Amino acid sequence: MVENRPWLTFFSHAILIAGILLIAFPLYVTFVGSTLTLDEIVRVPMPLVPGDHFWENYKQVLTAGTARGAAAPVAQMMANSLVMALVIAFGKIAISIIASFAIVYFRFPLRDFFFWMIFVTLMLPVEVRIIPTFKVVSDLGMVNSYVGLTLPLIASATATFLFRQFFLTIPDELAEAARMDGAGPMRFFWDVVVPLSKTSMAALFVIQFIYGWNQYLWPLLITTDESMYTTVIGIKRMVTGGDALTEWHLVLATAMLALLPPALVVVLMQRWFVKGLVETEK
Amino acid sequence: MEKRVVFRSAWLPYALVLPQIAVTIVFFFWPAFQAGWYSLQLQDAFGLQTEFVGLRNFAALLADEHYLNSFRITAVFSLSVAVSGIAISLLLATMADRVLRGALAYKTLLIWPYAVAPAVAGVLWAFLFAPSVGIATYALRQYGVDWNWVLRDDQAMLLVVVASTWKQISYNFLFFLAGLQSIPKSLIEAAAIDGAGPTRRFWTIVFPLLSPTTFFLLVVNIVYAFFETFGVIDATTQGGPAGATQILVYKVYHDGVKSADLGGSSAQSVILMAIVIALTVVQFRYIERKVQY
Repeated sequence: MVENRPWLTFFSHAILIAGILLIAFPLYVTFVGSTLTLDEIVRVPMPLVPGDHFWENYKQVLTAGTARGAAAPVAQMMANSLVMALVIAFGKIAISIIASFAIVYFRFPLRDFFFWMIFVTLMLPVEVRIIPTFKVVSDLGMVNSYVGLTLPLIASATATFLFRQFFLTIPDELAEAARMDGAGPMRFFWDVVVPLSKTSMAALFVIQFIYGWNQYLWPLLITTDESMYTTVIGIKRMVTGGDALTEWHLVLATAMLALLPPALVVVLMQRWFVKGLVETEK
Repeated sequence: MEKRVVFRSAWLPYALVLPQIAVTIVFFFWPAFQAGWYSLQLQDAFGLQTEFVGLRNFAALLADEHYLNSFRITAVFSLSVAVSGIAISLLLATMADRVLRGALAYKTLLIWPYAVAPAVAGVLWAFLFAPSVGIATYALRQYGVDWNWVLRDDQAMLLVVVASTWKQISYNFLFFLAGLQSIPKSLIEAAAIDGAGPTRRFWTIVFPLLSPTTFFLLVVNIVYAFFETFGVIDATTQGGPAGATQILVYKVYHDGVKSADLGGSSAQSVILMAIVIALTVVQFRYIERKVQY
């Protein structure tokens, strides 16, 4: 701080606290709503202190789902979301790290062409090629399967760039020494490159886990079977239309369950999260 | 930049890039190519017959009042999301950069909305502002505001803007905070010695030095509002009332999946791809040159 201005410091804290409260308010209302009964929640205005149906509501959605909307248990949906998030995160890291290793540590015909191909995928988000991609996946018989849910989202230009940038900073002397000692490229990859890349991997993992868990449009198209729903899709299916018909207390309990895992990942792995966010955008 | 030391192998590099390239070809290039192909065709309602129609799908789109309106809606929506998100995060980041006590706690409490799925964010805000049971609706009614986003255009737009901005604040906040912390303290101190107050220092030194970050965030936020807000819209207004929040991405989905208009939807996909390519080029040219002072 340049100078001491007690009033300005006080003002800064006040703004920050107001901002935090405003941002957290929807979360608080969601939590309160998830502990009430349906009768309590549709009373206007709804109470703003938590009720005593926490266990009841959460147990019901986890084991049985809702009565009027989607009837699949949320525990199943969370397992699907977890599989999707983990496969996408690990898959992206795995195929990107070997691709960038090849692009940085080898000279071969078509190298620039491959790099360009990966780069162009940045410009083709799923949202703009929904129907044709869906057709390809359904022609391959991948609808309602984990493969169909994850494989099309696994290519990643950002992860490839990140690893490429990082590999370029690894001193040449390490590769030289490895070669002199008679280590082949894969030995060098496993014994030198992978251990050095650990922090980059952790950072990417956090970002890609959240990306996978929060996917919406793709699972919406590819899962028609309730047993394949992810949590985010499940919530959407529970909102049956019309304020009065929706079982809001159960929807809100499911919303809490949908946002807790990625929020915990962000808060607990904050250091890697910030690193991943800033570096994937370089 | 290139490596001086490289390995030699006739087949290994190909094997290593193969998984990435295979996924890219099957799920990116092939569908993108097909979108281009479908966009030149016309299918009958049952998908039994297709006819090559050249650019007629594009001509029909550009003459379609609904489509042009969707462009206007997307422009209003993405600019509102980008500008309000950037303004709020800049304010919070400037304050967070000033305080010493509790800085980590503030940061932690501000970054979690990044983890919330757009569709879940949509459901949260839709519940707060639900026309009959929402607590915010109740509060507004006490002040005499008649709130019903299910029926009113402007309120529906406001709701999706608020929900989308809320989710993006943490992202902008982190980038602004990193930008603020990289500004040399000596510049601020020199200005303070010359008698410039905090407001003056902010507008004449801090804000100009942040311009690369601000510009970068503007592009990223517009891309976010264009594509990633699909979940917010589908979970709240579903493009309604009467198309008032039907942004371009939602219209591609609506026309392609709900109305099964393959040709029209593919033509829209092609136009969207052109927009993404333009935005990516802007972003990368800027990264190469950086806004400098």
